[in-house]
Amino acid sequence: MDRLPRWADVVLVPLISLLLAAIISALVLLAIGQSPVEAFKVMVDGALGSPYGWGYTLYYATSFIFTGLAVTIAFHAGMFNIGGEGQAQLGGLGVAVVCLSVPWPHWTIALAAATVGAAVFGAAWAAIPAYLQAKRGSHIVITTIMFNYIAAALLVYLLVDVLRPAGQMDPASARFGEAVKLPALNDIPLFNLVFQKAVPANVTLFIALGMAWVVWAILWRTRLGYQIRAFGKSEAAARYAGISPTKIIMVSMLLSGGLAGMMAINNVMGEAERLLQNSSEGAGFIGIAVALMGRNHPFGVVLAALLFGFLYQGGAELGLWTSIPIEMRIVVQGLVILFTGALDMMVRMMLAWVFGIFRGIKTAGAR
Amino acid sequence: MDYATLLQLLDTTLRLATPLLLACLAGLYSERAGIFDIGLEGKMLAAAMAAGAVAALSGSAWIGLLAGIGASLIFALLHGVASITFRGNQLISGVALNFLASGITVLIAQSLFRQGGRTPPLSGDARFNPVTLPFAESLRDVPYIGPLYYEVISGHSVLVYIAFVVVPLTWWVLFRTRFGLRLRAVGENPAAVDTAGVSVVGLRFAAVAITGVLCGIAGAYMATALQAGFGREMTAGRGYIALAALIFAKWRPIAAMWACLLFGFFQALALRPDVVQSVVQFKVPVPFLDALPYILTVLVLAGFVGKAIPPRAGGEPYVKER
Repeated sequence: MDRLPRWADVVLVPLISLLLAAIISALVLLAIGQSPVEAFKVMVDGALGSPYGWGYTLYYATSFIFTGLAVTIAFHAGMFNIGGEGQAQLGGLGVAVVCLSVPWPHWTIALAAATVGAAVFGAAWAAIPAYLQAKRGSHIVITTIMFNYIAAALLVYLLVDVLRPAGQMDPASARFGEAVKLPALNDIPLFNLVFQKAVPANVTLFIALGMAWVVWAILWRTRLGYQIRAFGKSEAAARYAGISPTKIIMVSMLLSGGLAGMMAINNVMGEAERLLQNSSEGAGFIGIAVALMGRNHPFGVVLAALLFGFLYQGGAELGLWTSIPIEMRIVVQGLVILFTGALDMMVRMMLAWVFGIFRGIKTAGAR
Repeated sequence: MDYATLLQLLDTTLRLATPLLLACLAGLYSERAGIFDIGLEGKMLAAAMAAGAVAALSGSAWIGLLAGIGASLIFALLHGVASITFRGNQLISGVALNFLASGITVLIAQSLFRQGGRTPPLSGDARFNPVTLPFAESLRDVPYIGPLYYEVISGHSVLVYIAFVVVPLTWWVLFRTRFGLRLRAVGENPAAVDTAGVSVVGLRFAAVAITGVLCGIAGAYMATALQAGFGREMTAGRGYIALAALIFAKWRPIAAMWACLLFGFFQALALRPDVVQSVVQFKVPVPFLDALPYILTVLVLAGFVGKAIPPRAGGEPYVKER
């Protein structure tokens, strides 16, 4: 197979994968007797047609940036962290513990503490699978899946038997105080000119963008990042160069779990303002799609997170205004992962074939 | 705990272990051939929906079973195309197909029946009903063995017995036939199989197809025997528990049966927290019982209960010429 030009590799491959996923989604909609054009209009209108829609799209995108970065940094070390979901739920627990245990005077201090709490709890949940991978050779994919289920069970137990205030029926923690309420985009000067209605997108968005820069800087501007990428490319070569596999596996997974956990400041502290059951709502899994779509680069992750934010808000609108079930967005999510992740080679082969034809025409013309 | 309660628990164990066992054996074929499959969950779900829908429409559980196997086979072949033909990442393909199944089953069930993503409740011939084994009635009064035979062994749907017949059958196929030898070889050293003039691609597709058939039966059992109809996300992680059982059993069929029975027993216990409390004398949280199979699997993976070594070529696409 011929090598593709770099621009085709970076831009064309994900775009074509996305196009294929869109075509199949349209076929699915046709098959269940719905109009894809109508559905797309509803999605664009609902997610991008108003500042209110954007407020939700950006809110979802914030969560997906965190989980996408989490998968990305692990991918670069050759680890496939499917445990983002469990790590995000534990992050939620960290946020709840921080917010409920201290009477915070101001949201800024609370946010700093909650961010640390979320990251530490998320990282701790990734630490055990990471240690088992590094020291015992247990496959990280299987252990992180198991830890997702263990996390879910742990949270059910904690919310029902420990954190639930007396007299409350639903399994959830107490409400956080008014003082730790994070400003939404409609509370921030200048932004409130655009966002006039209350929206869930909040200051966490800026932390997410900041983390994207931090992850980029770690991966491409530090010695540690170089070691992580070298280890991911070839474990044997990295070992020969004196890079400790245990250190890289542990550090990359702790960073990954910490990032997934940090997602919780967006949904638990910024939106729900208490810890609910299944607080992450699958965002940990969407991180996989976001990282694959974003070609494992923080900039790509931000773009892909926006795309999935649109998909999630648009999908919710579909559920509200049409008879298309909200599960349509899970179908699209699956298709995007399939085409960008598993059928990557197929897309490349198709492209290489097209480029080959063009090259053929060019050389024939030159003659 | 008295004898009657124990029999009840064992009866539930058998019913709950069956889908785990079928899915676990399904995974066994695929992984022994070197194709990791974390898409067991999705295949079961697709099969459950297809079986529930078709059984409701046709009124026959058997036609439903065929539809379930068909739906599961489609997903299995997609996994095959992605991971064998296009040498894609097998784990990512499995994850993708799980999401696809999770969404599309609700979509189809909703557009067919408009009952909130469920299929209509099944009854009569549209379900696999319990069969009473020979002499169960007459032997019922024999002390101990009689009730055991009547309550636990007899009185399940035919799919339960099929699942337990597949266990020795799988052992025989894998360890006593030429096909089985080649299948195991292709999971350990595909280059050697290729050198011997046997098609690696063909063998792996055959294994993936068997996985599809068994997951199909597992899913159909969920919707037409264990419960009366399909509901969204009804497999509830059973595909992953089956995967856990497979690792726990170190990729061996007979051990897989015991692992699935053990995990089925945990699930049965989680339904009866009162029994657990009376045995251990203190209150055990139900979520802990729910999480036990996963915790146990992590312990196994960590090598505390003997080391689990997967087939050597597992997860790696086979490239004939470099």
